[in-house]
Amino acid sequence: MKLHEFQSKFLFQDYGIPIPQGKVAASPAEAYDIARELGGVVVIKAQAHVGGRGKAGGVKVARNADEAKRHAEDILGMDIKGLTVERVLVDPAADIQQEIYLAITNDRGAGKPLIMTSMEGGMDIEELNRDRPDAIVREHVDPLMGLQDFQKTNIASAMGLPRALWRSFGLILGGLYQCYSESDAELAEINPLAVTGAGELLAVDGKVIIDDNALFRQPALTAARDTSGEPESEKRAREAGITYIKLDGQIGCMVNGAGLAMTTMDMTKLYGDDAGIGPANFLDIGGGASPEQVAAALRIILSDDNVKCVLFNIFGGITRCDEVANGILTAYNEVKPDVPMVIRLQGTNAAEGNRIIGDARIPKLISAETLTEAAQRAVAAVKEGA
Amino acid sequence: MSILIDKSARVLVQGITGRQGGFHAKLMMEYGTDVVGGVTPGKGGEWFEGKPVFDTMRSAVETTNADVSLVTVPARFAADAILEAAEAGVKLVVCLTEHIPVADMMKVVAYCRCRGARLIGPNCPGVMTPGQAKVGIIPAMVAMPGNVGVVSKSGTLTYEVGFAMKNAGIGISTVVGIGGDPVIGTTFVDVLAMFESDPETEKVALLGEIGGSAEIAAADYIRNAMTKPVAAFIAGRSAPPGKRMGHAGAIVDGGEGSAEEKILALEAAGARVAANPEEIPSLLL
Repeated sequence: MKLHEFQSKFLFQDYGIPIPQGKVAASPAEAYDIARELGGVVVIKAQAHVGGRGKAGGVKVARNADEAKRHAEDILGMDIKGLTVERVLVDPAADIQQEIYLAITNDRGAGKPLIMTSMEGGMDIEELNRDRPDAIVREHVDPLMGLQDFQKTNIASAMGLPRALWRSFGLILGGLYQCYSESDAELAEINPLAVTGAGELLAVDGKVIIDDNALFRQPALTAARDTSGEPESEKRAREAGITYIKLDGQIGCMVNGAGLAMTTMDMTKLYGDDAGIGPANFLDIGGGASPEQVAAALRIILSDDNVKCVLFNIFGGITRCDEVANGILTAYNEVKPDVPMVIRLQGTNAAEGNRIIGDARIPKLISAETLTEAAQRAVAAVKEGA
Repeated sequence: MSILIDKSARVLVQGITGRQGGFHAKLMMEYGTDVVGGVTPGKGGEWFEGKPVFDTMRSAVETTNADVSLVTVPARFAADAILEAAEAGVKLVVCLTEHIPVADMMKVVAYCRCRGARLIGPNCPGVMTPGQAKVGIIPAMVAMPGNVGVVSKSGTLTYEVGFAMKNAGIGISTVVGIGGDPVIGTTFVDVLAMFESDPETEKVALLGEIGGSAEIAAADYIRNAMTKPVAAFIAGRSAPPGKRMGHAGAIVDGGEGSAEEKILALEAAGARVAANPEEIPSLLL
């Protein structure tokens, strides 16, 4: 779960990290009031879960409250990569002399927290990592011990930070590590961490991503969830306990297991890509595949108008294919889809399951024996319907 | 021989009185696995299918001399259950549980290393040595005994490939589900090394997916240290970047972890990579 910039920075502030003392506005009038209260030059920053907002015109400097109001009028309601900006952060402009990058993330390969920092902050870390990997200082943290003081000195020294800043940098790094740990973050990033004209450090921009699997013990952060950027269908699926991701192809996929679900998507693309045909979604129905679950998943898949065919790929291990077949028929009769459905049942009681589907004699139900055959038939069904 | 487990494995099931734990413990026993007991705090002294239930792993290991534990408890308690198993001295811990926070897993993996306990998973279907024993939920019908080692990040995809192999008359030495989480106890490289030194494994099938760089490390290992042929499949070629595809670890992030780069690396290392998992058996003949 991503936090907005303002949520990230307010969280940092709770851990003693200095941030610009700005506020959030949802209307130009609010932006005007905040700018007037702050006085001086302010920055109006779009708050949306999307990268590249600066290039899209979502960040603007205003010299006074009137200008702040005009900029807020431009930015609020703006569409950045399909997301509508509903809030802006109004921050006092910082006197930035130097930009530092500082982040803590989970290094999955090492299985440890990883601190990454660079004196060449401000830019995108992926770009920096590609162009000048030596400009980034990396330090792993032992997950059983946590961050140690000597590591802070190691980092400050290795990155070439002026000694006058070591103490304040150490406090910020310590605060960021504590914030990362206590929030179950998979990323806690300050970019830039500015060195100001007064020789102080200031977290001018921030980004935090929380581990979804830890939200059960993060009630305050969970309450801050902003789902406005999430497609309606994905929201409904999440509420129904089904993993669904909308894509832009024509073949709706209903599969048990995440790896097999991805594979099924890949197969539709493998056989359909030449004709511009591919998967309409990722969907993992999970274990069991009860009629209720199948019906709920089918409704979610069909809520996408691009879907011209639904492909069921169920490998019955513990799940029995005859039960799944009955589930599919019940769901079919309840939802009554207009589009053809290709059904491939394999594994435990597959023959019985296929017999149930065959006996139902529904013209729009096409059965298939192998995954290859199923993908090819789904592609053919889309071509025929076109 | 085989890797990780054989019929001599003495297995405890943590969460044996739960619905999932009990169901799969029974299937494991039917398969021939020596399930010596189970652990559920507060239910010590009860019996499950003729096997003793203990309150703690420590008392269970002392009494049964178990060397393997299967963790089937819910996500909120699973990290603690793995730590308890490692502390009690079992050599192999298999954790099926999905949705354990990564922060917990980083601590758990580090602790298991300190204790010399091998962890498989979490978020995995377990381990099966066909004809001998299974620890986890891999259905008996998807594999027969043979000489191909299978290692995979995913459950049902593994069943799919195992079943296709069985239909083609190809058997399996051991099948290991390592799990689809970002931080796991045992990696592709660990399992490849075990297969490389297992005399009963002649060839290996590797089933990977998008996200992270474990398959790239596997490719390096294959190029530098493996003599046995490897067939592979990587799921997620059609997955969009930045989206998590079901498994917590299955995400192409900042251009890293794509199917293309993994396929290229494996091919460059000499592995035969299938575009379609149903082609895996033909690559193993």
